[in-house]
Amino acid sequence: MAVEVRVPTILRTYTGGDKAVRGDGGTLAEVFDDLDARHPGLKGRVVEEGDLRRFVNVYVNDEDVRFTGGLDTSLSDGDTVVILPAVAGG
Amino acid sequence: MLRLDRTIAAAIVDHARRDHPDEACGVVAGPAGSDRPLRHVPMLNAALSPTFYEFDSTELLALYKEMDARDEEPVVIYHSHTATEAYPSRTDIALAQEPNSHYVLVSTAGGAHEGEGLLPLRSYRIVDGEVSEEEVRLVDGSVTEDTE
Repeated sequence: MAVEVRVPTILRTYTGGDKAVRGDGGTLAEVFDDLDARHPGLKGRVVEEGDLRRFVNVYVNDEDVRFTGGLDTSLSDGDTVVILPAVAGG
Repeated sequence: MLRLDRTIAAAIVDHARRDHPDEACGVVAGPAGSDRPLRHVPMLNAALSPTFYEFDSTELLALYKEMDARDEEPVVIYHSHTATEAYPSRTDIALAQEPNSHYVLVSTAGGAHEGEGLLPLRSYRIVDGEVSEEEVRLVDGSVTEDTE
């Protein structure tokens, strides 16, 4: 499955400044593995010990993946994946 | 330095008073690359907490899509402290992920939430865990004119 992955400002150092990159995979986990091959380091900023980092939000077609199975969320051709850092503090 | 329209500053202070004792949060968006905060967007603190804030995840996506469509960025990200001074907490520093934004804090501690009128806004850059405070200059009317 080919999907579009939209990358936030803070992670564009891994994509040569590109706002969006192409990813391949049947699940979100596979897409992040695929991305890491071409953009080393990107996955580690989103995934930690096999789970999504607490303060990074990922959406597939506008749906927060925390409610759709997290990294196991399945993807279809043409889906849009958005990565957004949480805006949070104390 | 942060230049901020006085009416937007007043709206941020009103938001902080309204949500006290919980922390209030939001952004002031502006044209990408302009450093001009023009459009105040109060956000929901999904944590509903006096010691923590987090933009609601659905609102966060809607906000970024809207800013993207308008070629804007979050020039200012603000929140209130309701029991401590307007200085970034350790959590604020650890979680700051917008190196281009001005992080603005307002404090409603010590009874300040009960008063009227403007409260001091303090502004910081937070990059790679390093905090630097900057001057806040309130301007009237337009913040589009750079006088320097």
